[in-house]
Amino acid sequence: MNVAVTHRYHFAAAHVLCRDEWSPAENERVYGKCANPNGHGHNYGVEVTVSGSVDSRTGRVVDPEWLDDLVRRRVVDRLAFRLLNDDPAFAERVPTAENIVRFVEEELAPELEADGERRLARVRVLETRRNVFETGDLT
Amino acid sequence: MSQGPVRMTRAIEFSASLRYARGDLSDEENRGRFGARASHHGHNYRLEVTVEGEPDPETGMVMDLVELKDLLEAEVMSRFDHRDLVADTPYFEKRLPTPENVALVIRQILLEALPPGRLSRIRLQPDEDHWVEVVEDRPRP
Repeated sequence: MNVAVTHRYHFAAAHVLCRDEWSPAENERVYGKCANPNGHGHNYGVEVTVSGSVDSRTGRVVDPEWLDDLVRRRVVDRLAFRLLNDDPAFAERVPTAENIVRFVEEELAPELEADGERRLARVRVLETRRNVFETGDLT
Repeated sequence: MSQGPVRMTRAIEFSASLRYARGDLSDEENRGRFGARASHHGHNYRLEVTVEGEPDPETGMVMDLVELKDLLEAEVMSRFDHRDLVADTPYFEKRLPTPENVALVIRQILLEALPPGRLSRIRLQPDEDHWVEVVEDRPRP
């Protein structure tokens, strides 16, 4: 029987929603106030859910410190206190919360799932208390 | 993890009053059956609406958040906020305004208002400690 384990992380970052090839008016039309060229920012929350069977020796689905280290290394330390648009991950795509979800998924899944023992079951990005973005299992 | 759809959730809050009362029962019978909930009372409901899709390759968005905010204002807030669910809406003449039924009514309204296949889940919380969820069935790959 699989058990799902979720850890929540936080980072503060700035972003601008715009495409360089679009005019300021077009960016404003598509992204509204999020297109402010000087940027704005959020306290992002990231919830990472790992699913797998409980190891009979350790009693764990995943070593929590290993997971924290992975997420800090690949996601939090990389994005915290940055303008997200400056990161190569967002050179080709706009740093919307949807694309941050994709980025987190891409960064974590290969290492997390490498030994076939567990699965990255869900990634949630909380941009504000009212706006949440996710992929993976529904519950 | 295969790259599945991305879901976007927007939360709103509305305040409404209600009572559990069946028209075919007396006040006393209603109170006997539904207890304190047969009396007029109210909640600050929190509603989370989740839509899903593939982020647009150009805009990076599943759906325009402002469009969703406006839709929830027009379809949900204007109908339910600062209203009585029984007296001011047509939905609870034949069914009780339980969280389950309120959620099903809102689900139907949103299914009709959103583009087909967009709605993924709604979650309705009458208070912090209780909630109901309605999840749309999807064919699983």
